Amino acid sequence: MKKGRFDVVGKARRRVDGRAKVTGHLRFADDLAMPRMVHAKLLRSPHPHAVIEHIGVEKAKRYPGVHLVLTGQDFPVPFGIMPVSVDEYPLARERVRYVGDPVAAVIAKDEQTASEALGLIEVTYRVLRPICDAVDGLANPEPRIHDYGEQGNIHRNQSYEFGDVDEALKRADLVFDDVFFYEGNTHLPMEQQASLAFIDGEGKLQISSSTQNPHYLHRQLARVLQMPEAKIRVVATPNGGGFGGKCDPGGHEFVVCKAALVLGRPVKIGLSREEVFYVHRGRHPVLMRMRTGVTKDGKLTGMHLQTLLDGGGYGSHGPASTFYTGVLTPVTYQYPRFKFEACRVFTNKPACGPKRGHGTPQPRFGQEVQLDKIAEKLAMDPAELRLRNLVKANSLTASWLRVGSTGLEECIRKVVELSGWKDKHRKLPRGRGVGLACSTYMCGAGVAIYWNKMPHSGVQILLDRSGAVIVYCGATEIGQGSDDVLAALVAEALGVDTSVVRCVTGDTGITPVDLGSYSSRVTIMMGNAALQAAERLRASIAAVVSETLGTIPDRVVFSQGRVFAADTPGPGMTFVEAVQAAEAHLGTLSAVGSYAPPKPPGKYKGAGVGPSPAYSFTACVVETEVDERTGWVHVPKIWIAHDIGRALNPVLARGQVIGGVYMGLGEALMEAQAFRRLPEKLSGALVHRSPSMLDYKSLTSLDMPEVEVALIEDPDPNCPYGAKEVGQGPLLPVMPAVANAVFDAVGVRIDEVPITPDKVLQALHLQKEGKLARVGPESFPAVPYPEPTFVLPPWENGDGKETKRDAAAAVV
Amino acid sequence: MQPSLRMRLDVNGEAHETLFAPYKTLLEVLREDLGLTGTKHGCELGECGACTVLLDGEPVLSCLVLARECEGRAVQTIEGLARGPELHPLQAAFADCGGSQCGYCTPGVIMAAKALLEKNPSPTRDEIRAATSGNLCRCTGYHQIVEAIEDAAGRMREEVQ
Amino acid sequence: MLRLPWFDYRAPRTVAEAAKILAGEGPAAMLVAGGTDLLPNMKRRHQAPQVLVSLRSIPELRAFANGAGAAYGAALTLKQVVENPKSPTALRQAAAQVATPQIRNMGTLGGNLCLDTRCTYYNQTYEWRKAIDFCLKKDGKTCWVATASKRCVAVSSTDTAPALIALNAAARLVSSAGERTVNLEDLYKNDGINYLSRRPDEILTEVRVPGGWKSTYWKLRRRGSFDFPVLGVAVAVQMAGDVVAEARVALGAVASRPFLVERAGEFLKGKPLSDEVIEQAAALVANRAKPMDNTDMDLYWRKEVADEFARYALRELRGDDMRETRLRIARQSV
Repeated sequence: MKKGRFDVVGKARRRVDGRAKVTGHLRFADDLAMPRMVHAKLLRSPHPHAVIEHIGVEKAKRYPGVHLVLTGQDFPVPFGIMPVSVDEYPLARERVRYVGDPVAAVIAKDEQTASEALGLIEVTYRVLRPICDAVDGLANPEPRIHDYGEQGNIHRNQSYEFGDVDEALKRADLVFDDVFFYEGNTHLPMEQQASLAFIDGEGKLQISSSTQNPHYLHRQLARVLQMPEAKIRVVATPNGGGFGGKCDPGGHEFVVCKAALVLGRPVKIGLSREEVFYVHRGRHPVLMRMRTGVTKDGKLTGMHLQTLLDGGGYGSHGPASTFYTGVLTPVTYQYPRFKFEACRVFTNKPACGPKRGHGTPQPRFGQEVQLDKIAEKLAMDPAELRLRNLVKANSLTASWLRVGSTGLEECIRKVVELSGWKDKHRKLPRGRGVGLACSTYMCGAGVAIYWNKMPHSGVQILLDRSGAVIVYCGATEIGQGSDDVLAALVAEALGVDTSVVRCVTGDTGITPVDLGSYSSRVTIMMGNAALQAAERLRASIAAVVSETLGTIPDRVVFSQGRVFAADTPGPGMTFVEAVQAAEAHLGTLSAVGSYAPPKPPGKYKGAGVGPSPAYSFTACVVETEVDERTGWVHVPKIWIAHDIGRALNPVLARGQVIGGVYMGLGEALMEAQAFRRLPEKLSGALVHRSPSMLDYKSLTSLDMPEVEVALIEDPDPNCPYGAKEVGQGPLLPVMPAVANAVFDAVGVRIDEVPITPDKVLQALHLQKEGKLARVGPESFPAVPYPEPTFVLPPWENGDGKETKRDAAAAVV
Repeated sequence: MQPSLRMRLDVNGEAHETLFAPYKTLLEVLREDLGLTGTKHGCELGECGACTVLLDGEPVLSCLVLARECEGRAVQTIEGLARGPELHPLQAAFADCGGSQCGYCTPGVIMAAKALLEKNPSPTRDEIRAATSGNLCRCTGYHQIVEAIEDAAGRMREEVQ
Repeated sequence: MLRLPWFDYRAPRTVAEAAKILAGEGPAAMLVAGGTDLLPNMKRRHQAPQVLVSLRSIPELRAFANGAGAAYGAALTLKQVVENPKSPTALRQAAAQVATPQIRNMGTLGGNLCLDTRCTYYNQTYEWRKAIDFCLKKDGKTCWVATASKRCVAVSSTDTAPALIALNAAARLVSSAGERTVNLEDLYKNDGINYLSRRPDEILTEVRVPGGWKSTYWKLRRRGSFDFPVLGVAVAVQMAGDVVAEARVALGAVASRPFLVERAGEFLKGKPLSDEVIEQAAALVANRAKPMDNTDMDLYWRKEVADEFARYALRELRGDDMRETRLRIARQSV
């Protein structure tokens, strides 16, 4: 790999798709139109939980302008993003599981007509008792929302223990036992999902859709429509924001495909904002309990983490989300022993799934707030407590995750310095405070969503005599800048300007498979595949031109559109001349590259969730001003340092960091996907409280504090030119840093998110009354977790496999 | 059902003969009847700002403007901003400064910013934040939007000189 | 995309012509000016008027006259009200904090005064409302906010009304049968459904604001823009030296109507704005705030902070420098 001086990498540069975005040329899915196009609208369930007894569609079918009406009977095959929870139909067949579950579709000459005809569909429901939240679902195994899962309404239930944790807690000087709650919230992408499906000139089905994962959608379409994958083409249109909300296939995508197949004409759908709240797949509400042991000098001895997830009506990514409420917890700090138990419960609400940080912000919140409590109790600087427990570079966690490079120490030192932490923490006048928190995130999940041995990302590069570089990859541009990353890496490797690179991405009909834009995997996985392809091309060209240049292939340099010998940069040739020479000699030029992450060191069942080729790290300091009379929380400034390995384009990297801070601050202070259960005696309703842009509160330009960003660049050898992820990590420390800053300001603990002024004021009242100045969940319910899978940590002579607990006793 | 309306609309300085369903808002006519899909929509209820266009020079929400009330008024959309092949300074600054991530809120924000800079060529950051406070963005956290508008203001002042 | 239902459209050129249309069409016709309240409601099928009577083409509704007081044409936009240097402080602050810049460019003063009452069970799509079997305000039988209530408790969410009530403004209503002028507080009724005393055939044409008041408006909402108030406190005073000669205090967003807190005004009369006086006046104000669980933010908290907002207003009128507090609450200088 190229080292040293870079031409493209690390330079502030207009992103390759920048022009299209500012001129209105960029075509999002809803911007597409075709001749003879017809429009689909979905009828959705008004009941949270009911059996469909009958659907009468005759009147709707006869309505002028209606072309087709579809119901669950047209879709006998279910889908699901994860092979272990294929539990969803494009249109509900027998059962509806949340208000908003789609039950029928009308396809008509225009949206207005389709909407009018929806009102003519007659559905008879037999209403069932709704399950309102996870605790309700645990207490009420009946009525069962799904006929699969662990038991009753428990979808997933698991337990892992790495070394004897009870023993580790007994050995600790202090054990902290805290319960936290993290309310659910949603992605709220500015773009509402839309799709357009049609039969192309060759008779194949094509769908253009706002999806983050065209590959997974492709597979699910083939499954549901029972067609060969080769006859379906999925084009991911640029996403107007994703944040995880466009990872799952959506019912609407199957509906337009099916309708296009039946009608033989283009069929389009655009979801309304309210429907986007129903598609959801966002942050799980999580109740958690954390028991952590610590010595008097601030060394962590072990943690026992229990989580309870409110999953909503379907599986979605839930099995992975459940794991993620535990597995990344020990990546920032050394826990000699670690146990985590996690349970996901089905409820009659829109399904939860992956949102930026997938499953990890919730336990990270608890962990980082609890550390603040520990530091307080030990009268230790919270930054110092963290520094004392950092996971070392190139080490294993108790749970057998391999941590390669880590810049967390530098991140902490940086935000401490920038924020003036030492002069502020516990030193500001009452009403003002600072809080610190840290986090980590994966650079791509080590295992694909479905089991296979193939690469996670593939890139093909085409060069021709024009000097143009065309790069093909299945990765999807969702606003994060993946096309720019692709162009920058290839341009750097071939020594050309990004303006001669054309990216063709996110199209299963013409691009090599990339698993999709999720788990912060694109920069590293697509990037490594792209570099492999580019380096292969460079080697081919160097071999051809080295003789002319009077050097050996290894000494041929590609830089700034020229190709020359390292020792005699003066002569040489243009890149175009070099390509032409190579094309003359070798024939048409192309190369492919692919990438699969290294095998994880853990060998126990379940060890596949959490491993990553690299982890990014972040530290954050938040300053707050808390009004004691109202509990109003004002955040004037946030300092954040992110270990990015290397910033490929510093403008975009900084934008991702601030964007993460923005979303994290919104979650900390106000965002909530919350529901209303109407009085049981009068109504069975369980409805979304705020399914609109006005009522779902997201920060405006006036609500954003000043943000100071430090990018910590310590290149990671597993990453392309050392670049780690930046799309998700910087969100994660913000919420606990806000909570810790509120404590520093007025001495009250808000152990739940969002931290709203009413909770702060309530805690201040408790403080005045001399009571425990804390607002948060009171208790953690008895969850029937299974016996844990027991694995010995690496330092207890473990081998990464499941073992019997007795073996542990023998060692200790 | 009523007959479609025939109306001449002035969009980006050009007269367009249009024929549209009478219930349609300016947003729908721009996108569906004129094919000007640069103007986006995120809620259609006036709650997000994505559909912002200029009507007689003032930023308005095209989702809440009846198209039939636009006869004889000047409509400006993102498509009319560039000067031939050259980007408008706001467009260039948004592309260069990270003001646009996913790009979906971008046309609306740029139109709001254009109205601001036409009245106030040297706005403070607070004034920029206030002028764009009707445009939600979920990607940027607004900082690079504010910086882009500041940068564009500088470019435009240079042009004037 | 959410779309409007079908409707007929009329664009009269004069108030008289508009009044004649209203008289002819009856309740099937509705007035539209800026459209920022009615059109979203039509898209969500709260209202489906057969005829929309647009006030856009009536020049007299956009007039402004300044004499002993000020007279605002009802179709002046909120932006025009904000930018008018003659606008009294409370009105300017209230108008400047309505929704967003775009909406202030479109929405009118008259529209904000006649704003439909709001409720989290009401301001939802037709499909959502169907999922709760609708509510008392529209298409249903139960008020889900207060299930025993026979009255709809939807909340008045206008910012400009409390400001103008404090300023002792009056509204002119014109119909084909004649015209009348009412004190602004009398334009409102404490009923979430019939929240205006305006008859369906009447047009709010003008708001008259007397001069001579020193005033302020404090708005509570979650974010710096977009959001409707969940509490609005407007205070206007006339001072005689250090002593309050006249005082009017109005509350918004805590009932189905904005209203005058007479006792607080009476109490302040003849007193200096000392800390103790402010404290007692604030308590009188807060006592009248009866928020319900039908807006954003916790209702007990909204009730609890009402006195603090009254204090902000009174302290500002006393001359305290409230800019930092204002910046923290409003997130902008207004």
